[in-house]
Amino acid sequence: MKQLVATIALLVSLQAFAVIETYEFKTEEQEQLYTDIINELRCPKCQNQTIAESNAGLSEDLRYIVYQQVSNGSSKREILAYMQERYGDFVLYDPPVKPSNYFLWFAPLAVFMIIFIAVLLKVGRRKVKPEQAETGEE
Amino acid sequence: MIPELGNFLLIMAFINAIFLGVLSFIGAHYQHKGLMQFSKRASVSIFVLILASFVCLTISFINNDFSVAYVANHSNTQLPIHYRISAVWGAHEGSLLLWVLILTGWMAAVAIFSKSLPKPLITRVLGVMGFIAIGFIAFTLFTSNPFERVLPFIPIDGSDLNPLLQDFGLIVHPPMLYMGYVGFSVVFAFAIAGLLQGDLDHHWARWSRPWTTVAWIFMSLGIALGSWWAYYELGWGGWWFWDPVENASFMPWLAGTALIHSLAATEKRGVFKSWTVLLAILTFSLSLLGTFLVRSGVLTSVHSFANDPVRGRFILVFLGIVVGASLLIYAIQSSKIRSKANFGLFSRETALLFNNALLAVVTFMVLLGTLHPLIQEAFTGDKSSVGPPYFNLMFSIFMIPILILMPIGQQINWKQESMKPMLTKYWLWAISSIIIALAVVIIMGGIEPMAFVGTTLGLWVLAGCAKYVLAQASKSTSFAVGVKKISRSYWGMLVAHLGVAVTVLGVVLTSYYSIEENIKIHQGETVQVEALDVEFYDFKNTEGPNYISSAGSFRIYSEGELITDLHPEKRKYNASKMVMTEADIDAGLFRDIYVVMGEPLDDGAWAISVYYKPFVRWIWLGSIFMALGGLLAVSDKRYRQRRRERKQAKSETTSVEEGQGE
Amino acid sequence: MNKKLVLAVAPIVTFIILVIFFWFALEKDPKKLNSTLIDKPVPDFKLSALQNPERVYTTDSLPDELFLLNVWGTWCGPCHIEHPYLMKFSQKYPVPIVGVNYKDQARDALEFLEQKGNPYSMVIADVDGQLGIDLGVYGAPETFVVDSDGKVRFRYVGVIDDRVWNSKILPVIEQVQGYPLEQMQKEAAENNSEGMK
Repeated sequence: MKQLVATIALLVSLQAFAVIETYEFKTEEQEQLYTDIINELRCPKCQNQTIAESNAGLSEDLRYIVYQQVSNGSSKREILAYMQERYGDFVLYDPPVKPSNYFLWFAPLAVFMIIFIAVLLKVGRRKVKPEQAETGEE
Repeated sequence: MIPELGNFLLIMAFINAIFLGVLSFIGAHYQHKGLMQFSKRASVSIFVLILASFVCLTISFINNDFSVAYVANHSNTQLPIHYRISAVWGAHEGSLLLWVLILTGWMAAVAIFSKSLPKPLITRVLGVMGFIAIGFIAFTLFTSNPFERVLPFIPIDGSDLNPLLQDFGLIVHPPMLYMGYVGFSVVFAFAIAGLLQGDLDHHWARWSRPWTTVAWIFMSLGIALGSWWAYYELGWGGWWFWDPVENASFMPWLAGTALIHSLAATEKRGVFKSWTVLLAILTFSLSLLGTFLVRSGVLTSVHSFANDPVRGRFILVFLGIVVGASLLIYAIQSSKIRSKANFGLFSRETALLFNNALLAVVTFMVLLGTLHPLIQEAFTGDKSSVGPPYFNLMFSIFMIPILILMPIGQQINWKQESMKPMLTKYWLWAISSIIIALAVVIIMGGIEPMAFVGTTLGLWVLAGCAKYVLAQASKSTSFAVGVKKISRSYWGMLVAHLGVAVTVLGVVLTSYYSIEENIKIHQGETVQVEALDVEFYDFKNTEGPNYISSAGSFRIYSEGELITDLHPEKRKYNASKMVMTEADIDAGLFRDIYVVMGEPLDDGAWAISVYYKPFVRWIWLGSIFMALGGLLAVSDKRYRQRRRERKQAKSETTSVEEGQGE
Repeated sequence: MNKKLVLAVAPIVTFIILVIFFWFALEKDPKKLNSTLIDKPVPDFKLSALQNPERVYTTDSLPDELFLLNVWGTWCGPCHIEHPYLMKFSQKYPVPIVGVNYKDQARDALEFLEQKGNPYSMVIADVDGQLGIDLGVYGAPETFVVDSDGKVRFRYVGVIDDRVWNSKILPVIEQVQGYPLEQMQKEAAENNSEGMK
């Protein structure tokens, strides 16, 4: 079994480069949109790579779908939703802001605000004893 | 024979480490001179044993001894010699041996360079490091032994080193990074030793600082090297991906940065003692956590080593014991730590406090983002991902206050300063930064809001450094005299902060003003890419030492003038059949230009990528400044002076003090 | 005083929780994805049959009873390994197996089925892989359990051998059906003997 996994892994990793697609777009905005999206979608079968970076067959197929949909005028949200419907949240590198992700998005700021207020209260209320205030250099 | 010798040496080191760990604590407790002396000697001899073992493994690689499984899996007769040597740490087992080598190296250094420190303290420090060594050597010996043989069918040739690793990057990045990762074990050991003794005074802080700073220097360079390597090796313009393995190295660096700032405050003002100790424990714990994340298979990463849950359990248990024990000691002993706390809201202490709080929150954020997919799955069973969009946004948000604070914190008085004069001192510099930043972004190509903010902050930090020098100089009779009075440790601070500014500017400008174009081009054709003309003038196939290469030749013109001549390749490696691209990068201080070969197309044309990356080198140039700053700080005369004083003091006392510091 | 206690103990408590959490995380496979189609119908498609390009299949062509949908290709090594097992299951159990020939050459696929046997009641040719994408396929072979209402109830990624069949697939089939598969074998044997299959 281990050998099998190793063989598959070897097959997958035989090429160590991203395929360069030369898609033509009608407008620069479309090209930029395509680039933005393929850099935000995760390759479902790779070891943590965007579909922009990965040269797996599935990545290539997905890039083509993004290209088609961008050329047809779909928005970023629509295209990401299309991918999410098929592969789940796993394929989105930008975690959606929904209740199960509130902690992820808001905890760091919340923690900092708590610390900030705690320091303001504790240090701000303090009466500094009047030894000479010392200047910058030691 | 040699692999068996290597294994034997490893076992000897393991046994010695057990003696070191156990006897150190007994010796320190009873202040037994003989045992304490033993600790120092054992530390050095363990290092020598591991070094010899490491040399045995290296010899096996050089001699192409494919009877050793590790060599057979990661080397090949066609592999050039310098890559055969760096292949020693190219995969899990060997890199673990490197880890152990560097750990014992630091241990020996502490044993040798601590002549003027109190013996019981140093003995305990070595004891702690000895215990860590026990764990890692055991892990290597019992689950990841690089000396295991492949018998009886010895392969004729090896599977070759992954072509991505056949590069200068592998030679320098891991050793440098490990020097940092593992180096934080020293201040960790000092923290534990100090806690066990029940007293952490400013001496403790002063002794820990140089060790911490040197580890931090290596860590900074190690991470920068990794980023630079990924950039030129992968060739698609990326230099940081917030991959779990990258984050595993960034978190100890962030905590380590907070630590060096906290140590400064503890040494100079006796404040934040508990927080400094906790940071010391946290930094090395993050190093250990990193080892766990990278080698256990819990997270998916392009960089991770062999994913083995069995090894994962071993590391987790070890991590649990080491960190658990240290946090337990902290919980028990921290009430004995007495800190001073006589400072006001507008003071350098508060500035440092906020700085550390921000760095700690950023560390928490990176940890949260990295572990979130695991947490999500545990609670809801859903699979999710957290990538650059999250990390970039959150990191930028927290960097803003850190950068704003930097020039202020550098110069604000300890203890107390009044707010109004402070504001008046800075407003001119702030306005100048904003105006110059505006000019810069307009010249670069247009006002991108985040680029503007980032550039302003980078310039603001630069201004802060200039302002500091001017302010100090103006206190003396002449400028030259004033500048000379700035001590090396303060120059270190200025240069390191300058490095941060340079990196920030590089990151911001390259992120928003880079150009990447994929084009189809026939041989002999010239295609226009934005303001550049790209001429595809030649194509050849050649043979390298262990690969076949297809190389294109390109001339790049700007407004008719030839800027550069590039030769990107695609290589197919003989042993592994792997295909790789080698970008040819024209590196410049203010911009990189390069071409990457894609695929040959049906009509005989090639798909290629052309890149223009402004200021990308500043990202790593900044880290060189940071390392230089650290070096300046560590070489400050204070450390050498104090050593002389202490030597004098030591010769005047005959009895060893009761572990009360000094 | 109490605040100091909290600050002293918080780190180790947090750490212990983290370690326990990691201990359980070690058993999970971070690369396995969950199917988004559970309790949803098989996505619409209009594709030719592998054996007969003139014949068009849609979701209406799928069996009205519980069936397995197996995504495979001749380029896929593990699919070759799985094949003999599929042959065995198709003969032993009366659960139809619908094949989706994913991103393959018809010629290679037909040759393969001729040489190694055909376990499929019907084979859909998904040459460009669109059906695969709509199914959320990321690593062949993949097998879906679809109930008699046409809803996907389970997905397995990887080779189905005896162990996997008995421990993962069979229980799901029986749970969806509401009764054990054994019985179906008896029914099928009876139907066979009456010459109805």
